[in-house]
Amino acid sequence: MVLGVRLGRPGAVASRRSLRFLEHNLLVFRRGWFNYLLAGISQPFLYLIAMGIGLGLYVNRNGGLPGGVPYLDYIAPALLVTQAMMAAAFESAWPIMAKIRWDKTYEAALNTPLETMDLLLGDLMWIAFRTTLLSVLFLAVIVALGAAASPLVVLAVPVAVLTALAFAAPIMAFTATQDGDGGLNAVFRFGITPLFLFSGTFFPIEKLPPFLQPVAWVTPLYHGVAAARALALGQVEPVGMTVHLAAIAFVFLVGIVAGRIALTRRLVV
Amino acid sequence: MIGAPEGLWATARSSHDPWRPAERRRERPERRRERPERRRERPERRRVASGVQTGRRRYHRNVADTPELQAPLIHARGLTKCFGTFTAVDGIDFDVAPGEAFGFLGPNGAGKTSTMRMIGTVSPVTSGELTVFGLDPARDGARIRARLGVVPQADTLDNELSVLENLLIYGRYFGLSWSESRRRAKELLEFVQLTERSNDKVEPLSGGMKRRLVIARSLINEPSLLLLDEPTTGLDPQARHLLWDRLYRLKQRGVTLCLTTHYMDEAEQLCDRLVVMDQAKIVAEGSPRQLIDKYVTKEVLELRFNRADNETDDSAHLGNRLEGLAERVEQLPDRVLAYTADGEAASAKAHERGLRPASVLVRRSSLEDVFLRLTGRSLVE
Repeated sequence: MVLGVRLGRPGAVASRRSLRFLEHNLLVFRRGWFNYLLAGISQPFLYLIAMGIGLGLYVNRNGGLPGGVPYLDYIAPALLVTQAMMAAAFESAWPIMAKIRWDKTYEAALNTPLETMDLLLGDLMWIAFRTTLLSVLFLAVIVALGAAASPLVVLAVPVAVLTALAFAAPIMAFTATQDGDGGLNAVFRFGITPLFLFSGTFFPIEKLPPFLQPVAWVTPLYHGVAAARALALGQVEPVGMTVHLAAIAFVFLVGIVAGRIALTRRLVV
Repeated sequence: MIGAPEGLWATARSSHDPWRPAERRRERPERRRERPERRRERPERRRVASGVQTGRRRYHRNVADTPELQAPLIHARGLTKCFGTFTAVDGIDFDVAPGEAFGFLGPNGAGKTSTMRMIGTVSPVTSGELTVFGLDPARDGARIRARLGVVPQADTLDNELSVLENLLIYGRYFGLSWSESRRRAKELLEFVQLTERSNDKVEPLSGGMKRRLVIARSLINEPSLLLLDEPTTGLDPQARHLLWDRLYRLKQRGVTLCLTTHYMDEAEQLCDRLVVMDQAKIVAEGSPRQLIDKYVTKEVLELRFNRADNETDDSAHLGNRLEGLAERVEQLPDRVLAYTADGEAASAKAHERGLRPASVLVRRSSLEDVFLRLTGRSLVE
């Protein structure tokens, strides 16, 4: 966060004003938190039971994965990351569009000492907060199902949150350039859903056609999935892990800069 | 603003306010009935307030007589705003003094909102000079906004929050503590008569209530300058009068008002001084009275003719028959306006000339007449 602020407003440190905008979201959240947590705990159960245990039965029987990793253990950390990513992508699309255009929450806030960067960081912190909640619940389900080989799986939570932010920031930037939600639908149909399916979540990207492998390689989701999986299986390689985390952080920071430019263009006219 | 001992937004106000027009005075008994407990609690304040002009003297002492505040709150020279090749505001000059109610009057698209957004520091100035509180909006935007209250044209209330929460979070944006924000929010809801709706959602409120809530929200930081962009557009007459009344009270507490409107009556009611804007430029400046004295006559004779008469009597012909009747004659699609010092005399003269209008009205000139004159829609110069 601090880095992000430095990038956007040279010389400034993390702004207390962006925390005030975070409070706005928390005030709204007071009404819906129970349903949110309920969904947050039931989703992982459904996915892990259907895919990990149900489908896993067949995968494991047919020779299984390299190294004899059970399929449940293989997809559990990946699903933890992808569901955080999906939630963040959603949060940075329609709710942000509402704040810009439909409810004009940003416009109201900009009439106070808050500035665009405060809104951007406040909402990113909010997304970090929500995805942390979801990921902790997911982790609890993973542990309950005995689907983690290593205690390092705990670190999959910050990896998931960082991956989520690496999607949230650029999608917020994109949302700020849109006038309606047609573009947002397209992002989900042609961007988010394919990534969810083909970023090494359910099968190794080595199984993708060769021309698609580099595509998977440049998306932060692949790196998030790979990093979380290495942690959960206890197979951490220092170099690989550094590359994964650096790739995710890079996309996140680029997203913040893009978001700042796009939001300023949209709101300060 | 500063140092009002019994709380800034205290509701006690004189009912013998010389400013208050008749409609407002008729509203008073009803309001009294609504808040008996307040009067019982603080009888001493009521006594003070019903004395002559206590509020106004306070404002003089605190604002106008303080030397450093004599400088204009808003100062603009050659202020210009362009969107691409379109010029929304074209080199306008104006100053707003502390404590005054200043208006931008003009039709839609005249550049009023763009000007307000520049003053509110949310829209960068294209060229020219602008200072607010003596500060530069480009550099000190946040510092300016900290002392500013803004009532935007479109309601920007948060539909996901309750009435009270809308004010609370806004106070937080200004850096107030939760408890201070809550204290002010409650006072302000009282001030705009929305206390009973505190915990309701915003959505079901009427247009007038939403507007009052936006005004309450804009006051949470106790601003010394309040910007209002078309505060009563779309409201019914009753809601407008209630709103005007609240704005009067603020003005009398020393809050500087800067508003835009395309309602002439609103400008006459609220503004000490105003500028008339048309096509991105300022075309006249003065108090409502000055503008009327300068640009139009004391009275207007309005003549309406039946459609059938108009068809037989083409407009050029009608114009000839009206010539010399008054100092100036405006022919509008639905009526003829004759500007004269003595409306009755002109009416008699028209009758002598054989004009038989369907209806005759003699009234005092208003800003509407000024506007008609200034925007070049005159028939006879």
